[in-house]
Amino acid sequence: MPAYAKTAAAIALWLASGVGQGSAQVKVGAVLSITGPASFLGDPEKKTLEIYVDDINAKGGVNGQKLQLVGYDDGADANAARTFATRLVEEDKVVAMIGGTTTGATLAMIPVFEEAQTPFISLAGAIQIIEPVRKWVFKTPHTDKMACEKIFADLKQRNLTTVALISGTDAFGKSMRDQCVAVAPKAGITIAHEESYGPRDSDMTPQLTNIKRQAGVQAVINPGFGQGPAIVTRNYRQLGITLPLYQSHGVASKQFIDLAGPAADGVRLPAAALLVAEKLPDGDPQKPVAVAYTRAYQQKTGQPVSTFGGHAYDGLMIFTEAAKRAGSFDRAKVRDEIEKTRNFIGTGGVVNMSPTDHLGLDLSAFRMLEIKGGDWTLLQ
Amino acid sequence: MKVPEFLQFAFSGLTVGAVYALVALGFTLIYNASDVINFAQGEFVMLGGMTTVFLGLAGVPLPLAACLAIVVTVAVGLALHRFAIEPARGASAVVLIIITIGASIFLRGAAQLVFDKRFHSLPPWVGGDAIRVGGAAILPQSLMVLGGAVVIVVLLWAFIDRTLVGKAMVATAANELAARLVGIDTRRVVGLSFGISAAIGAVAGILITPITLTSYDVGTLLALKGFAAAMLGGIGSAVGAVVGGLLLGLLEAFAAGYVSSQYKDAVAFLVILIVLLAMPRGLFGRASAERV
Repeated sequence: MPAYAKTAAAIALWLASGVGQGSAQVKVGAVLSITGPASFLGDPEKKTLEIYVDDINAKGGVNGQKLQLVGYDDGADANAARTFATRLVEEDKVVAMIGGTTTGATLAMIPVFEEAQTPFISLAGAIQIIEPVRKWVFKTPHTDKMACEKIFADLKQRNLTTVALISGTDAFGKSMRDQCVAVAPKAGITIAHEESYGPRDSDMTPQLTNIKRQAGVQAVINPGFGQGPAIVTRNYRQLGITLPLYQSHGVASKQFIDLAGPAADGVRLPAAALLVAEKLPDGDPQKPVAVAYTRAYQQKTGQPVSTFGGHAYDGLMIFTEAAKRAGSFDRAKVRDEIEKTRNFIGTGGVVNMSPTDHLGLDLSAFRMLEIKGGDWTLLQ
Repeated sequence: MKVPEFLQFAFSGLTVGAVYALVALGFTLIYNASDVINFAQGEFVMLGGMTTVFLGLAGVPLPLAACLAIVVTVAVGLALHRFAIEPARGASAVVLIIITIGASIFLRGAAQLVFDKRFHSLPPWVGGDAIRVGGAAILPQSLMVLGGAVVIVVLLWAFIDRTLVGKAMVATAANELAARLVGIDTRRVVGLSFGISAAIGAVAGILITPITLTSYDVGTLLALKGFAAAMLGGIGSAVGAVVGGLLLGLLEAFAAGYVSSQYKDAVAFLVILIVLLAMPRGLFGRASAERV
């Protein structure tokens, strides 16, 4: 063995022993899309985990042990996510995983954590992650299906039953459109007409003109994400359509109001309570959590709060609560306790998990908002 | 077929088409001077819009912000030529085109850092209320985009056909060696074409942002559609760029309105394919004899 190799081996040994001695810490894995096209999701998730892991450690950790966050950036690439997942399991030996920013990355990582029998709390949207139920996989964000059901419930309240859909052809728009079409019959809603648009289209008046001339349509729903819904809203007013317009939780941000301008007035959409934290009535169980998270995040990062960071907060808290109840970081015990999560109040809603429900949210997680005078108003 | 709907589809087509036309115009000049299709043209459009938005947010009055945005974009265009195209002088057009693709990725990445990753809008430059004609509605801003395209065409035509520098540009494109022999500084001519194209891109970005909104990555698809429009009209022809753009917009709008919104892009590109099969140089393309 040449001298330099011996030196290298010695350094490696010393490093390894050093890490070993220092780590009365418990490792928690996080594979997130911090860069790349999903960075607007992954970035707040990463910041949230960092803020709250520090916070938990400052308060003495969990079960007497400090948490160590082991984070990797998959750049929204499912292949990279899977590689990092394997590394988390085999090298870092994490006790749990909080992450998987996108549905693609999550689905790629599921087999790794199922095989390693390690709890995996995903932060991605699609319902396929928890349906069918997998023993080790949980998720915190509400699903498209719930958004559809919330909108349909509001329609029923207004005695409107016949709607038209105009959806984006991006992954979000498509997935929500499919869910809406699937749950419409059960909700007693008829989808009389459907249109679509490309995620980068700059004018949707032809599609809206076709909707306008459909007899019997009582309301319009726009499952979509990004700038498309803002353009739909503007074109909607440009054509003078007076039917109620529903947007999705995909545009539940101040940015949408800024982009759509005065045209957004009267638009309704379902959104997480977090967005209207300060506006929630004082008796609302979610208010203290949502307000505290909003303030902590905005103070530490200087950026406006988003629901995505909130999902990471919920994931971390569900894990630490479960570990406290389990009294150890034994993977199987922690998993069982996660599944027994009851009345956990998070930023996304009140979580009640069960062996058949690894999400645990109900429709009350969504609030129906109406835009008035350039701001959200909470509908009861 | 009812008249108000037909009119509405036509207005939509003209709105979108005017956007494509403005982007397509940016391709013509660089192509005319150097046979290079500049795939960073969409990023010039993005820079025009985003710089205006961010200067506006910083408190600069919007008209001044727009002028500064044009200056900034021209500087980027000149830098692109000086530091990326010029060092590769003598390389084939294909290599230069690949360099512009690299530049476009670089500019997008830089914009993500300098600006941010969110969508932004500008208030319309002319009145916000829709004009109603025969039961259909069109925004005044759409007419302004259309007008902008016409003005740029006229200026380009005057520049290329009526000025010595413009003629030098045509000569450089026809035969660089011969152009140099008669005393044309071909490097400066090509550099100038990048500067002017950047200005056209910036103007396009400033005019279309109130309609299309903008973000750091808005350039990619705009460039793709603008490129398709330029090919349809005959690349290198300013009139062709505008006609191609409007045609592409109208095709998309009518396909969305009368066929299916799901297949509107497919219909539009199918028509382009058929046109290009019949007329490989596009509708207004020059005969190949002239170019060689």
